[in-house]
Amino acid sequence: MDYFLTEEQKMIQELAYQIAREKIRPVKGELDEGEEFPWEIMTVLAQSDLFGLYIPEEYGGMGGGILENCLAIEQLARECIGIATSFAASGLGAYPILLHGSEELKQEYLPQIASGKRLAAFGLTESGAGSDVSGIQTTAVKDGDHYILNGTKQWITNGGESEIYSVLAITDRTKGPRGATFFVVEKDDPGFSFGKKEKKLGIRASSTRELVFQDCRIHKDRMIGREGTGFIAAMKTFDKSRPGIAALGVGLSQGALDISAEYARKRVQFGKPIISFQAIQHKLADMATRTEASRALVYATARHMDMDPPDSSKVAAMCKLFAGDVAMQVSTEAVQILGGYGYMQDYPVEKMMRDAKILQIYEGTNEIQRNIIGQELNKEYGRKKDTFF
Amino acid sequence: MHIVVCIKQVPDTKNVRIDPDTHTLVRQGVESIVNPFDLFAVEAALKLKDVNEAKITVITMGPPQASEALRDVMSRGVDEAILLSDRAFAGSDTWATSTTLAAAVRKMGDVDLILCGKQAIDGDTAQVGPEMATLLDIPYATFVKAIDIPDTNHLKVSRQTDEGTEVWKIPKPCLLTVIKEVGEPRLPSLRHKMRAKKAQIPSWGIAELGLEPEEVGLSGSFTQVVRVFSPPVRDDRVIIEGTVAEQAEQLYNLLKEAKVPGI
Repeated sequence: MDYFLTEEQKMIQELAYQIAREKIRPVKGELDEGEEFPWEIMTVLAQSDLFGLYIPEEYGGMGGGILENCLAIEQLARECIGIATSFAASGLGAYPILLHGSEELKQEYLPQIASGKRLAAFGLTESGAGSDVSGIQTTAVKDGDHYILNGTKQWITNGGESEIYSVLAITDRTKGPRGATFFVVEKDDPGFSFGKKEKKLGIRASSTRELVFQDCRIHKDRMIGREGTGFIAAMKTFDKSRPGIAALGVGLSQGALDISAEYARKRVQFGKPIISFQAIQHKLADMATRTEASRALVYATARHMDMDPPDSSKVAAMCKLFAGDVAMQVSTEAVQILGGYGYMQDYPVEKMMRDAKILQIYEGTNEIQRNIIGQELNKEYGRKKDTFF
Repeated sequence: MHIVVCIKQVPDTKNVRIDPDTHTLVRQGVESIVNPFDLFAVEAALKLKDVNEAKITVITMGPPQASEALRDVMSRGVDEAILLSDRAFAGSDTWATSTTLAAAVRKMGDVDLILCGKQAIDGDTAQVGPEMATLLDIPYATFVKAIDIPDTNHLKVSRQTDEGTEVWKIPKPCLLTVIKEVGEPRLPSLRHKMRAKKAQIPSWGIAELGLEPEEVGLSGSFTQVVRVFSPPVRDDRVIIEGTVAEQAEQLYNLLKEAKVPGI
């Protein structure tokens, strides 16, 4: 379908898919099996300028927006969302700096992230603070010109591999949601170390680790925004990053559909290619329809958000929710169409099904997305003057 | 340093079929790609540019659509491109092609190094590089796998031969044909891709190159392709199985039966 993309946006798609096809396809199985971080692919992505798509030109980026970033993520995700997650997570780490950082922080860190010379990561989740962000225990206590960080972050994507971390810590517990603040922490800062690397069901090429802070002194110049703005920065970051997670779902769904349709045309049973059977056709029809619907929603949301609307939580949540659920459905059906072969590791769809599950869990579970949408609906309809009852 | 890379647009031979009746290549619907060996030449040039002051110009002789091949390599970081295109070039053999490419290098004037792939995957002759060097009266080395710059006037190159590796010191200007060991071709970057898309690529014909019609194309060619055919399929194949020792013994017996000299 023609989504009226610009010449430049089409080039982004073309380049990202070339990288996926030529560089990711040959190694994704091995990286998944060995739970190996895709450094070689990260280097290729850095040389390709794709890390800077959404970063303004004055900070060394390409000056695009969320749509440009989503287009690249989608194409990479057609081959492997483990690798595409490692790519996208650098953006998640960059957004707090981009949205709320001081001019000095932007000048210092955004060009490094845009060029892909250094990866970024986002440190929020803790063992007791997942869906309920208010459960954060990591503290940052002021000491002269420094803040002293103590605590442990859990399940941090790109942990141990990234060099730049946007970390949320409590600066004043008495202030509740207004008592948290983001800090930039660098990999080699004293007092900062990494815990165990997690073993996962899917996206095994991506790195997921604990961040451990033990009296880690961070200068106040590395505070992102003013003290107490952390929760707002986190929510705004998620609004910007959720379409990217949705784009991972669109790409994964497309990849699974491509393999399923080709397989169904070639696989012969009862003397015919199985695509000639209605049972298979209907599955493929639903997969294709859902994939296209999630793509349309993601592109429309990304375009809307690139206009900088005052409030975008509802639509950001909608596309993350929908594209994630669709990816799970489509990849599950892909395994079913390939049957016994689909269940085997020699074929690529079992990995897609394992990988897809994370899309319903990370960056806010799909249940949390539904909560956000529900709360926004309640607010929206509370403001309506024109009522039925 | 000014580096010129010569490339050729070729049919993607992975997908080429031979028409069983006419014995010619079925070119319809076959995608055109940059000759893979030429991409190694591009990579060799870019590697030199990574660590030295250099300008890279890529040239190709072909129809107007060959500019797509030029844009492809520009998107990987090549600075400039020139298309050599003229109806008079049609039907060129390797000599007429070399004549045309050499004329373009002469016109540029300030060239320090010419890089070519070791051969094209369609014609497979590996002649154009050495012929160009001969026409330009400059030294050349073939099957190069590594290039170093020891001083301002020379290159140090490693050549892969059947016997081993030869290391040569070769004065500039010179021509090298390269093999895949020079390094895997890098992928495009978005900035270079955008630049390549917008680039105005000059097209030089015989007038610009100062060539006469009889020097180029079919009339400037010493050879002509009379017929292209696919070799007959051989069905007398034997697959030898077993341990290495058993296989060796079977192979020895088969060669003996076939009265291969020396067995």
